[in-house]
Amino acid sequence: MKRLLWMLALAVPGLGAMSLESKKPQPPPFETLSAYGLFAGRLADQKPAEGVLPYGLNTPLFSDYAEKLRFVRMPEGETVAYNPDSVLGFPVGTVLAKTFYYPNDARDPAKGRRLLETRLLVHESQGWKAYPYVWNDEQTDAVLEVAGDRKEVGWTDGSGTRRKLMYTVPNMNQCKGCHVSGNKMVPIGPSARQLNGIFTYSDGSENQLSRWSRLKWLQKLPELAEVPKLAIWNDPATGTVAERARAWLDINCAHCHSPQGPARTSGLDLRIRQNDPTLLGINKTPVAAGRGSGGRQFDIVAGHPEKSILVYRLESVDPGIRMPELSRQLVHEESVELVKEWIKNLKP
Amino acid sequence: MKSIFFTLLFCCLLATAHAQGDAQKRFQKALIMAEDGEVITLDEGTFRFTGSLSMDGKKRVTIRGKGQQKTILNFKGQTEGAEGIRVDNSENITIEDLTIQDTKGDCIKTMNVNGITFRNVTVEWTGLPGPDNGSYGLYPVQCQNVLIENCTAMGASDAGIYVGQSKNIIVRKCRATHNVAGIEIENSLMADVYDNDAYDNTGGILIFDLPDLVQKRGGNVRVFNNRITNNNYPNFAPKGNIVAKVPAGTGVMVLATNQVEIFGNEIRKNNSIGTSIVSYYMTENPLKDSAYYPYPTAISVHDNLYERDPVRFVGKGRIGQLFRLKLRFGKRVPDIVYDGIVDPKVRSASGQIRPDARICIRNNRNATFVNLDAGNNFRNLSRDVGPYDCTHTPLQETVVRREP
Repeated sequence: MKRLLWMLALAVPGLGAMSLESKKPQPPPFETLSAYGLFAGRLADQKPAEGVLPYGLNTPLFSDYAEKLRFVRMPEGETVAYNPDSVLGFPVGTVLAKTFYYPNDARDPAKGRRLLETRLLVHESQGWKAYPYVWNDEQTDAVLEVAGDRKEVGWTDGSGTRRKLMYTVPNMNQCKGCHVSGNKMVPIGPSARQLNGIFTYSDGSENQLSRWSRLKWLQKLPELAEVPKLAIWNDPATGTVAERARAWLDINCAHCHSPQGPARTSGLDLRIRQNDPTLLGINKTPVAAGRGSGGRQFDIVAGHPEKSILVYRLESVDPGIRMPELSRQLVHEESVELVKEWIKNLKP
Repeated sequence: MKSIFFTLLFCCLLATAHAQGDAQKRFQKALIMAEDGEVITLDEGTFRFTGSLSMDGKKRVTIRGKGQQKTILNFKGQTEGAEGIRVDNSENITIEDLTIQDTKGDCIKTMNVNGITFRNVTVEWTGLPGPDNGSYGLYPVQCQNVLIENCTAMGASDAGIYVGQSKNIIVRKCRATHNVAGIEIENSLMADVYDNDAYDNTGGILIFDLPDLVQKRGGNVRVFNNRITNNNYPNFAPKGNIVAKVPAGTGVMVLATNQVEIFGNEIRKNNSIGTSIVSYYMTENPLKDSAYYPYPTAISVHDNLYERDPVRFVGKGRIGQLFRLKLRFGKRVPDIVYDGIVDPKVRSASGQIRPDARICIRNNRNATFVNLDAGNNFRNLSRDVGPYDCTHTPLQETVVRREP
């Protein structure tokens, strides 16, 4: 926190000289994204530098239809051990980066894109820290904004419809709002089941886990056939409706709705491994939903999406009702349809 | 460094009046950058915000306004976040001398904070109370050492002052009005609620234990020396919430909580039920949580003053129908209503209830009573309070600890 203060001082005219007092390299957070050296060439091209790997998730978090680029840099010579259940235990020194952008026209990548923010998760000796960097309008660099920001964005979506949004960059505390488990910050996405899929690298396509293993980043990877694989929510070839709906709920909801997550007070547990019907929300009464209940009695009513509070909250854009609470102002129409179908198929 | 920081904050607050858009960012920055032990002073004026303000992982930080009428944080038209102010994972935090208005969700939510004080804080939804108001005014959950004093809560569509899944709680000298629930203590251990004024809510003071939660069982809750009057406001909670089942006209309600002592209160003109003591079965909600205990036991109601207007049960819904159409008390609904559903495990072979599990009702002024025998379709309904003439050892006083 002291470091942040110091950085704030830099922003105050007349105090900049303080930065000269320190000669040794400063640890993160840096004021700009470029200072991390994660990218080669023009920063906005987002070409990973040596030792940085891009990665993807089978089913990602929905963030108002923003596109995302993900990168990981592990400290040299370090490795991460395979585990089948939770997010990989990355060593201290690891940096995870996620850049959010909107294409100008989703139908034509050649028309360019606008980068909005890059969120970093940095594994420091004290634990993971989250830092939001906001891209400047010139798209030359992104600057740390601990209090977050708001940016108006517009884009043409896949159907050719012009869309507009007041995009919200979360503040540092809000990062914790999703990334905290127990009392500790943790990454959410990169688990073996999420990474178990083909990724198109600049030098060809390969299963991500295989590549990590081949690069000696990942230790003790079993045969791929034994590694759990999360369904891709919008690809019916990868799982049943139930499997895909649960995959979507896992990544979009379970970081909060789990026994250690910030929404543990609700008693709802949407992790993919949870099979207790009540904890999953079936015939479970809400606890502190307030008007989020929408006048419905239970979180999920088997066979009846239209009676399920969960669906009501996914379909709302009101900040006092909508779920997830953060980084969602628009309704994710396609996933809502999937969740409804899953609930419709549940046997009472 | 600190002084720079204060100056910055001060500037930002002065600037707020002119550039509202900036207030959000600068105020949020102040909360993020606050050093342990810092006092963040807010200036006089009305400040508007479009998103939640949040604080996380701080120790001994005070957020202090210039007074409830003077420093007003208004969230009308909020587009981001489900509460006005949110504090997480902290120790010994004080919020005082300010007003929070018109948030989309809760006014102030604090979670996993050991040592949280709300003092001279008003939380309110302006305009007519309605289901579009946020749920909770003051909302500490999974906290320890909670002190709420001299606060005012108005217009919450759930509870004005709500303490959930917490431990060591004092709520005193507060005013709760025009909420669905005035003050609610839920799944919480060690709570003293005293010297409060709860009026014109749907229900005045509620002591609830609910299933399927992390902190399963509350208890040792004392409700004393409160004025609980005229809580007849029509229920405006969105359906699905447990408080939506509370009938208008409820003074005090104990739902499935153990070790509750209600004494020395003025419970007047709550024109459905002055005090109800019921099991979770009365909610008619399904119950699957095997670790949950649905019966109220070891309840003591003594030395209270009751008074009721000579009117029919004012509450609506299924409970209202039950009282008006089936039980037919007319204009003389009993002041103290017990559902009579007893845990079979606390009965001996001869039918005696274990002394430490009893419901004790003694020495209340003007009080009438009924055991509904709800478990047997109201067959042996009885207005004889005789079997409940007993006392329990007084419950322990709650002590709220704060590090120096």
